[in-house]
Amino acid sequence: MYDGGKIIVGLIIFAGLMTFPIWYNHGDAGAIPNVEKPKDVKECVKDTQYMRTTHMVLLNEWRDNVLREGNREKLKVGNKTYDRSLMNGCMVCHTSKEKFCDQCHLYASVKPYCWDCHFLPKETL
Amino acid sequence: MDMKRRNLLKIAGMSAIAGVAAPSALNLLMKGNVQASSSAGHSDSPSDAHGEMPAEKPTGVRLGLAIDVKKFAENKGLAEKCVAACHQIHNVPDFGNPKDEIKWLWIEKFENLFPDHSHYKKNEELHQLPFLAVCNHCDDPPCVRACPTKATFKAANGAVIMDFHRCIGCRFCMAACPYGARSFNWRSPREKDANGKLKFIKDLNEKFPTRMRGVVEKCNFCAERLAENLPPKCVEIAASAQAMYFGDMNDPHSEISKVLKTKFTIQRKPALGTLPSVFYII
Ligand code: SF4
Ligand code: SF4
Repeated sequence: MYDGGKIIVGLIIFAGLMTFPIWYNHGDAGAIPNVEKPKDVKECVKDTQYMRTTHMVLLNEWRDNVLREGNREKLKVGNKTYDRSLMNGCMVCHTSKEKFCDQCHLYASVKPYCWDCHFLPKETL
Repeated sequence: MDMKRRNLLKIAGMSAIAGVAAPSALNLLMKGNVQASSSAGHSDSPSDAHGEMPAEKPTGVRLGLAIDVKKFAENKGLAEKCVAACHQIHNVPDFGNPKDEIKWLWIEKFENLFPDHSHYKKNEELHQLPFLAVCNHCDDPPCVRACPTKATFKAANGAVIMDFHRCIGCRFCMAACPYGARSFNWRSPREKDANGKLKFIKDLNEKFPTRMRGVVEKCNFCAERLAENLPPKCVEIAASAQAMYFGDMNDPHSEISKVLKTKFTIQRKPALGTLPSVFYII
């Protein structure tokens, strides 16, 4: 074999470069998202764990309820009523998209396009 | 042998023709029947003057709108006010040129709205009047049939509305609508000027979303207001002049039913059979 040494060294350097991101971060997933919770509201429409993992399903359900079934009945949680709406529901308590939604979405690199149409006057316009 | 084969071919040919033709002929007959019985649901309206619709008791809610054209003529500027209010609460962008125009409610000339009426030696005054045009919320809406994603659909109350989330911007619905009631967003309604201000939406309603580029939009009969027991915005504005009536046409006691029963009204392009729910009191 000609230039065997060179090829092997080249391969090792190549493998090293390719796996660089893996061993450089060695298991570090970055800073954990730090979401800002609403100050005076303690209860959400569902429990925290559900909201953490399934809020997008809930939003889809609301969308179909409201738009397609024409059922716009408000939700009652404790002594508060909520519109089943991202803009006029969720964002009433979670007043900052940047400090709430974006925290996890940026971390997980999830880019929902809700804000192309819905908005928070302060931040998205 | 030759003759036999000839006969055989003849018989085969004849039976093939019979086999193909019989079911389609039967179908044709059946279709005629179905069509005749399905064009009901419209019987109580004075529109019967235009085409013979067999009477059948309608069921369920069917929202309708009546526009009193004379009242709009008497109240100068009222039509413009209705349009402005509708477009304001729904964040309808004003791109400032007719090519990109988005319209939910708009003002049109008589001959453009009613091209199938004879305009020969017609009352001149009529041609000067401001006619409000809007999606007709047809009872048999071709836009709904054309939409591949079911973004456009017929709600239980008879309104034809859109789920903007599902619109893929294919514009089949625009091709299907014979009334030009739909608009396509060629540009982003959210474009901003140098100062970071929205260019095309001057007076933003923060309770209602905007649309995005590549989405079709149209009047939704103010579904969001109906949910709060409010009339559509245009109807509310026109209420002072009693220029518009809105309600369930299938309820004989509703205001709109009474108006339709007592006044002469016309619909746009009734011959197309889309059964518009918007009526013009001439
Ligand atoms: S007027 Fe056009 S958009 Fe409106 S329901 Fe009829 S066909 Fe559809
Ligand atoms: S443009 Fe949107 S609403 Fe129209 S037919 Fe296509 S998907 Fe349906």
